[in-house]
Amino acid sequence: MENASLHFQQKVRWHPLEIVFWLCTLLPFVVTPSYLSLASQIAITALFALSLDLILGYAGIVSLGHAAFFGVGAYTAGLLAKHYWAEPLTGLVLAAVLSGLVGYALSHVVVRFRHLALIMLTMGFGLLLHEAANSASALTGGADGLQGFKVPAVLGFKFDMFGRAAYAYSLVVLFLCFLVARRIIHSPFGLALRGIRENATRMPAIGAPSRAHLRKAYTIAAVLAGIAGALLTHTTSTVSLETLSFGRSADVLVILILGGAGRLYGGIIGAIIYMVARDQFSGANPQYWYFWIGLLLVAVVMFLPNGILGGIGALYKKSK
Amino acid sequence: MLSSLAGVLFDGFAYGMLLFLLSVGLSVTLGMMNFVNLAHCSFAMVGGYATLSLMTKSGWPFLATLPMAFVAAALVSIVLERTLYRRLYRASDLDQCLLTIGIVFISVAAYAWFYTTEQQSIRVPDWLQGSAHVAGMSFASYRMFLIVVGLAVTALLILFLEKTRFGARVRAAVDNQRMARGLGIDVDRAFMFTFALGGGLAGLGGALSIQVVGLDPTFALAYLVYVLIVVAVGGLGSIGGSFAAAVVLGISDMAGKYYFPWLGAFLIYLVMVGLLMWRPQGLFGKR
Repeated sequence: MENASLHFQQKVRWHPLEIVFWLCTLLPFVVTPSYLSLASQIAITALFALSLDLILGYAGIVSLGHAAFFGVGAYTAGLLAKHYWAEPLTGLVLAAVLSGLVGYALSHVVVRFRHLALIMLTMGFGLLLHEAANSASALTGGADGLQGFKVPAVLGFKFDMFGRAAYAYSLVVLFLCFLVARRIIHSPFGLALRGIRENATRMPAIGAPSRAHLRKAYTIAAVLAGIAGALLTHTTSTVSLETLSFGRSADVLVILILGGAGRLYGGIIGAIIYMVARDQFSGANPQYWYFWIGLLLVAVVMFLPNGILGGIGALYKKSK
Repeated sequence: MLSSLAGVLFDGFAYGMLLFLLSVGLSVTLGMMNFVNLAHCSFAMVGGYATLSLMTKSGWPFLATLPMAFVAAALVSIVLERTLYRRLYRASDLDQCLLTIGIVFISVAAYAWFYTTEQQSIRVPDWLQGSAHVAGMSFASYRMFLIVVGLAVTALLILFLEKTRFGARVRAAVDNQRMARGLGIDVDRAFMFTFALGGGLAGLGGALSIQVVGLDPTFALAYLVYVLIVVAVGGLGSIGGSFAAAVVLGISDMAGKYYFPWLGAFLIYLVMVGLLMWRPQGLFGKR
């Protein structure tokens, strides 16, 4: 028992590099003030990738339909702002609750399957929601997306064209969610998830209920993804059908793998690299941008099996 | 009502044949060799663009380009198998997924660069246009052609795999690698050949589908979902299963478009999710 609590204490302690990293996230305010709206997009994507990391990196559930929860959160926040009130924090909570409920409902199905059937089912649910939102155009605006509402401010800070409030808002929410995720990962529950990832049949034998744990993790991930979606709605004041698309599910998977899954910071690093590179290279022809992403993916799989963070970690170990 | 039902069945069956050609190769490589090749539809795209180029640039007749579509896609799959895929045969599902998604992205961008993103079309010979009228119903000639080709390919494929010596070697190699190696079968070559065959058939499907659905660089992604549905629902590695699943999918997609157009693609996704929840190993899956 003594050893176990010591293990958790050591794991939970903040590494100096982590503190430096979070301080660096404040830099865009001073260094690149003209790129603040990009910075808030990055923070939102990072949160989305973090939520996928919880189920993919830690619990080992491969999902090709994670955008479903992002979209549910985005549409919840958008509909609330359009038809009722534009106060964002309550929208955030409601989006979290609703996407969590959808995630909880789906988790009962998802945890029963593995391998290809799992990938196909998550993809199928994502596509179903996408089609449903597309068809219910009276509610969601269909392919045009949800428009005609404005989220003016959060806690009295106005969302202006410079994106200062938007970035501060996204960053604070990302940081709070990160704290929650970090706490979960370093708890006994987080350890049990990793055990299930490594061997799903052995864990129940030592008293950890695999499916109940996986359901819980899946629901938590859905909540975080929903929050990310709501953030996007609040900072852009529109919801597009693209928030539910297969492309977004694939993108976030790419981002997480690029950064390194199962490392907590992987999704954030991946989001920074991916979004900045897309901003710089995509330009007028977004379809050519995918050439480079494809090349990067092939290279990561062939040469950096644990993503960029994994590669750096290996280098660091070698040098010691 | 009855004639529209027959029309839907006929069109759906023809569409199913197309889906079968596109997906049978993936069913084999995914089911028997355990390789999640999401770039399968990129092979189909290679075949489609080969036909397009030969017809519009070199003026070949449509039928003559079909074997070339097969060969082009088979060659590309051999190159990829030799250079990239074989190194990941033992890697995790996720790694294989990611590598092949990367290849899809590259192929989409590359074809957009060379052929623009516009939808391309070809002109099939006159005898494939128009339609035949039987008992007050009309059957499009091209769709009949699709059905004939699809059935012929299925028959050839089964004959080849079940009756020839090389087919027996391929089956042995994919069923039990170690045992086959022990018996002196060149498993590497069998795998390469299987990949080439699957890729080639996809290429043929891609070439045949231009007339029906057009061709643009997003083909590799747009049809991936359909192909995966066929494979997952049909059951991995089962040619008969893929055939049945392709026909079911083709007909339900056509019926959905005809009777419930407002549902869009909702219906086939629902069919897929339902079937997978009912039988996760597919309709004819063994494992």
